[in-house]
Amino acid sequence: MAELDTSGGGGKKGGKVRSKKASTRVDLTAMVDLAFLLITFFMLTTTLSKPKAMDIAMPDKDEKQEQQLDVAASRTMTLLLGKDDKLMWYIGEPGKSAPEVEGYGKTGLRQTLLDKSKEVQEKTGKYMFVIIKPSDRSVYKNMVDALDEIAITNIQSYGIVDISPVEVDLLKKENLY
Amino acid sequence: MPKVKVARKSTAIDMTAMCDVAFLLLTFFILTAKPRVEDPVPVDVPGSVKEIPIPDDNLAVITVGSGKAFFSVEGNDVRRQVLQQMGEKYGQQFTPEEYARFEVLPVFGVPIGNLKQFLNMDAEQRKGYQQPGIPRDSVSDELFNWIRESRIAAKALHNQELRVSIKGDSKEEYPVVKDVVAILQRQKVNKFSLITTLRGASK
Repeated sequence: MAELDTSGGGGKKGGKVRSKKASTRVDLTAMVDLAFLLITFFMLTTTLSKPKAMDIAMPDKDEKQEQQLDVAASRTMTLLLGKDDKLMWYIGEPGKSAPEVEGYGKTGLRQTLLDKSKEVQEKTGKYMFVIIKPSDRSVYKNMVDALDEIAITNIQSYGIVDISPVEVDLLKKENLY
Repeated sequence: MPKVKVARKSTAIDMTAMCDVAFLLLTFFILTAKPRVEDPVPVDVPGSVKEIPIPDDNLAVITVGSGKAFFSVEGNDVRRQVLQQMGEKYGQQFTPEEYARFEVLPVFGVPIGNLKQFLNMDAEQRKGYQQPGIPRDSVSDELFNWIRESRIAAKALHNQELRVSIKGDSKEEYPVVKDVVAILQRQKVNKFSLITTLRGASK
């Protein structure tokens, strides 16, 4: 597509011999090719590497116990995060109801959260409260996954609390610690 | 009958306008692109469905990976101020050259005693240097103070509350994250962000 415009100055006949006027046009195709390649590169890299954030609020540690909102045990669901991407959940107080072992994801935790929150809503007429207790054997991803499932199932009230020795024993029993 | 001559047209198209547009866009993308900060340890960020974009300025990021914590804060002026305050706190003197180097340091994870040595390395040496991470223990309290001084500096310089986020590796054991969260809570930062990628993108 290299192009040299030689049509200029063709109208004059006879007369003096003029030096041929060289065209000032440059072939821009390669340049445009390169420019678009770079544009594509920058566009893809800038939009894809943008990380997202998940806001969480932790309970204030200094708050006095009396000031805390008392949530009935019957509508509290506790998630114990154990090792090997497994978790354990129970409703109510530890040890009183048998905990169940479950995995993360669509069929595991998400379904349970949906079912239980509906159940609690029907039984007590109030929303369910979820407490996440990551154990020392769980990994960071587990916590994010649990928070994520809570966001997906649209549960409004949840908290992250340190695990207690009783609950560690529960995890140990199921070989999750 | 004379033959009708079809005027031969050139197949060349005028590319000038296209070229103009292409370079305009290119300039825009180059200027808005931020160089990707190389993490000192491999960090595989967990996925999530939340899509809150993190802000570009007024942000401090604590990178957690391989049991170590690294710290970075946005803004050259904030960084300079933080180094000055930390130097005063831990009795370290920094030269103007070291201040200039610290200003452009994206992320670091060395105890303050080794910071001088780390700042005087060139890029190649830094890459090879295994950063030990910022001490999290309560004796030296370095990570605590880095965060605290950054918040003070951000407040003083920009009159904004600094946003703290944690960028953790998926496989990081929870106790390390718990340490960092505890450090944040000790200075009453109860609201912070966890940096995630879009679900599926990380796998």
